[in-house]
Amino acid sequence: MSSGIEHRFGPYGGQYVPETLMPALAELEQAWLEARDDERFQARLRGLLQAYVGRPSPLYLAERLSAQVGHPVYLKREDLNHTGAHKINNALGQALLAQRMGKRRIVAETGAGQHGVATATACALLDLECVVHMGTEDIRRQQPNVQRMELLGATVMPVQAGARTLKEAVSAAIRDWVTNVTDTHYILGTAAGPAPYPAIVRDLQRVIGDEARAQVFELTGRLPERVIACVGGGSNAIGIFTPFVPDTEVRLIGVEPAGEGIETGRHGAPLTVGGPGGSGGILHGSYSAIMQDEDGQILEAHSISAGLDYPGSGPEHAWLRDQGRATYTAITDREALDAFARVARLEGIIPALESAHALAWLFNNPDSELDIVCLSGRGDKDLAEVIAKL
Amino acid sequence: MSGAERIAAAFESARAEGRRAALMPYLMAGYPDLERSREIARDYVAGGADLIELGIPFSDPLADGPVIHAADVAALAAGANVTDALSVVRAVDEHVPVVVMCYANVILARGLERFADLLAEVGASGLIVPDLPLEEAPAIRELLDARGLALVPLVAPTTPDERLTRIGAAARGFVYTVSVTGTTGERDESDAGLPEILARVRAHSEVPVALGFGIGTPAQAAAAAAAGADGVIVGTRLVRAAGEAPGEVRSLVAEFAAALAA
Repeated sequence: MSSGIEHRFGPYGGQYVPETLMPALAELEQAWLEARDDERFQARLRGLLQAYVGRPSPLYLAERLSAQVGHPVYLKREDLNHTGAHKINNALGQALLAQRMGKRRIVAETGAGQHGVATATACALLDLECVVHMGTEDIRRQQPNVQRMELLGATVMPVQAGARTLKEAVSAAIRDWVTNVTDTHYILGTAAGPAPYPAIVRDLQRVIGDEARAQVFELTGRLPERVIACVGGGSNAIGIFTPFVPDTEVRLIGVEPAGEGIETGRHGAPLTVGGPGGSGGILHGSYSAIMQDEDGQILEAHSISAGLDYPGSGPEHAWLRDQGRATYTAITDREALDAFARVARLEGIIPALESAHALAWLFNNPDSELDIVCLSGRGDKDLAEVIAKL
Repeated sequence: MSGAERIAAAFESARAEGRRAALMPYLMAGYPDLERSREIARDYVAGGADLIELGIPFSDPLADGPVIHAADVAALAAGANVTDALSVVRAVDEHVPVVVMCYANVILARGLERFADLLAEVGASGLIVPDLPLEEAPAIRELLDARGLALVPLVAPTTPDERLTRIGAAARGFVYTVSVTGTTGERDESDAGLPEILARVRAHSEVPVALGFGIGTPAQAAAAAAAGADGVIVGTRLVRAAGEAPGEVRSLVAEFAAALAA
């Protein structure tokens, strides 16, 4: 962790943003380099992750689920974190960083609302002003999270542009940041965006994988055969993958949303569709696998899961893919819904629709000795949307 | 004369004619549709434009405010593709140098070299890429230099002197100075810090300095010139007119030109 911050992962990453933001990105990078090596900062973050978030999250042997697939499956229980998802790991770390940089106003984007809630929570805790940009379609399908954010004191800014989902929310948050950059920090929720965000978000989320790797050794005395996580932008996946990357015998599986089916074009799976080296383009400040037409216009993603409904991907994932270190694949809305209901009855755990994609892939591909699935969040927020479709 | 030389000449002749600054109106190619955007470009020339900035529609224009964003979306919905959008240059390039404004992914999707070739073919004089900062720009700049076309950099009020030095050294054509911390769009207030920003940019650059973002009235254009801008870029106000009252575009441009007249 003593090295600098990556601007590129192979050919991916970079800083494709308006000049106005370049000094802010440099300031952020410098602040993170210092905070990362500052024992007092790290102790504060660790203390909050433990006493406020509830870390470490358990690694739970899901016995009835294991019996169905025929091998032990451990769930990394990020759903048990305060606010109900892994997003708080990053939001809290970046909010502390903003405080350290003297920035009193926070902007964030949200899709499913989990990152928005996590950011609103961290801002309440640290007494920072919080503005969350959210597409009106997502406001509709994630109403409980909108109410939570407002209760926590955040302002939810409805975004009307485009498909009114996560892509436009990110654009609106970036425009807000461009306009208010002198007093505002942008807490980007996923491992994408311009450098240094992909590296910062990974550094803050790798706690998932650091814990899971130690826990699986303690519980089983071995490494898993596979680590499986859903990928929208890819923050929970990069968090759990990172400590396992040097363990070359561990297969890393990233599960994207196939939406209504890859062949329909109505999906959110640029890493899967492009294959190694494919789909490269610039979205929201970095070069990575994206969904685009031949002119480079960005296409709309489609997924039942608001948190995966995004036409881009984190640059480090694209590089893990091209190196053959991680495999990316996709699960349809229907398969995710089935897994959602199945795991609820099998384990008494209602997974987030996002995490249900990773579980569905496991059901489809049961051949393994030992797996860890990142249960990135809880599914209470999805009930209204899901019940009608089950 | 190369594209870069045509840009220099346009600023030079505005100065030689005693005008307070060169006028560079912006239009969105393909908005409201392709043919009408050609007419608007010709109206700009007739109204007194010294140069024209031509925007290529993009789905996710991060540096633009709501009016130009909506025009991007409308142009794409009206069927504008990149090849057709670039062809709008041909409508006016005999009369004034045209600087194309295009987001990075559109250039990348075409391939840098093919895009540079296309710019040369249609008669463009330069290129502005609002999401391609200095660090990411060398490859395309080299390709444009080889074709005599100018890669025009942007600087912002937030840009520190150390960056200004490097950006100024790599500037071709002119330096596009963003007048406000924010996205494109009309604003009521004019920034009291303009003379200082412009002086700072000028001190670090040998090419002309043009000011854009937030200039929506002839009075603001005159103020920009008075603050020391060599060129004034008017975007959102004219894009709004193109949507609401295209018949008035020519006289509107003429009003801006009059505000910059000797």
